Amino acid sequence: MKRTALYDEHVRAGARMVPFADFEMPVQYAGILKEHDAVRHRAGLFDLSHMGQFRLTGDIVASWADTLTINAVGTMKPLQARYNLFCNESGGTHDDTIFYRLERDWLLVVNASNADKMWKHLNAHLPEAGVALENRHGRYALIAIQGPRSVEMLQPHVDVDLASMRYYFCAQGRVDGVPALIARTGYTGEDGFELFVEGQDAAVLWSALLRDHRGEGLEPCGLGARDVLRLEAGMPLYGHELTETITPVQAGLNWALKLNKPEFIGRDALARQLERDDYPRVAGLVMEGRAPAREGYAVSLDGRVVGQICSGSIAPSVGNKNVATALLERNAATLGTAVAVQIRGTLHDAKVVPLPFYKRAQ
Amino acid sequence: MAQPEDLLFSKEHEWVKLDGDSATIGITDYAQNALGDIVYVELPKAGSSIKQFSSVGVIESVKAVSNLFTPLSGEIVEVNAALENDPAAVNREPYGAGWLLKIRVSDPSEAQALLPPAEYEKIAAD
Repeated sequence: MKRTALYDEHVRAGARMVPFADFEMPVQYAGILKEHDAVRHRAGLFDLSHMGQFRLTGDIVASWADTLTINAVGTMKPLQARYNLFCNESGGTHDDTIFYRLERDWLLVVNASNADKMWKHLNAHLPEAGVALENRHGRYALIAIQGPRSVEMLQPHVDVDLASMRYYFCAQGRVDGVPALIARTGYTGEDGFELFVEGQDAAVLWSALLRDHRGEGLEPCGLGARDVLRLEAGMPLYGHELTETITPVQAGLNWALKLNKPEFIGRDALARQLERDDYPRVAGLVMEGRAPAREGYAVSLDGRVVGQICSGSIAPSVGNKNVATALLERNAATLGTAVAVQIRGTLHDAKVVPLPFYKRAQ
Repeated sequence: MAQPEDLLFSKEHEWVKLDGDSATIGITDYAQNALGDIVYVELPKAGSSIKQFSSVGVIESVKAVSNLFTPLSGEIVEVNAALENDPAAVNREPYGAGWLLKIRVSDPSEAQALLPPAEYEKIAAD
């Protein structure tokens, strides 16, 4: 089992550690609901150092990456970040990722659970010249501060103007004197920043942010809160809404599919799927009652099973209702459809609703 | 938290308070803490019969679904209906407002298989 550079900080703070993608990670500190509340109303601090970080350098990184991904890489501006997905030939999802275009090179952040697979995938498609890869997985740390008060809490620590940084852009700077890539990205549905730093610098930074801002409501947060936050915000989690068999089109990510790009892996399959429009798709469900829908539970319509739950949780930002995502046959996925979720042998009413469940006030 | 002295405990982290042939059942402070934020409690219907150490309900936290086992056999007299709207009472007051079941005990000798507070303390301290 691997540990991030912040392992000792987590243990000292009393976090509950669980195995996740080969790493011992904090699932919660004070409690998932309390941490969720901090991120929605103040700010939360996350250790995401388990995520894969690959550095891409060379003259043809963008055009090469455009042959492997469904969203556009070549049109990214310097210091821009962009969500992107790698697919297989059938259109199923290899991974969902974020590209960061830096001044001289590129950073690709992949899911922890897919880091080995993605490293092999990239190397298998490496051209003879023009692209070099460096695997920083486990060596570089990633600290995220997320929540409406992120700007004011982080600003005193950094030498770049955060308020003027656009969403999904980044800057090279220093955080408490430590060299860092500072990006206005995140996966919680709130404003916030992600700080990429050398592993050896992570613990000092983590404790400084907590020491200075705990009094203003900054809470250390675990993977449990992160999962609830991203589900409310309608963001897919690999292994749930996206898999090698669930395509980005099925997951409702058509906005990220750029069919006007030249050839890329999965293009034909995705174009055909989009054209036919007959595929099962990820829909949002709100449970009518109090029983939570959980991953794998069957969903039925008029007594017939029409799909199953991908993710489910209580949603504090959606009136404390139980929400879920489900992969449903096309007709069952129509907004407003009354379906039933089978929970321990009993049918519980649910309704198909639009995603996301939660959208922050701008 | 020290365990209340007037209770008996199961190895599955339930507590029982005996009063003649009636018993109140809940989960321990250790159990509620291990589960985390409790968001849903599913309990059997009043009138049903339950058998010692069998699964009689479900307690769900944000992340997990856990079975509730009854520490004693008997007939359900009452379930804590307040938990339907306030399942977090189990977190706040596991030995008080967060109680789960009241049963009429069918075999008082079963209590011999339960643990006194000091012995349960050893399990919970692991």
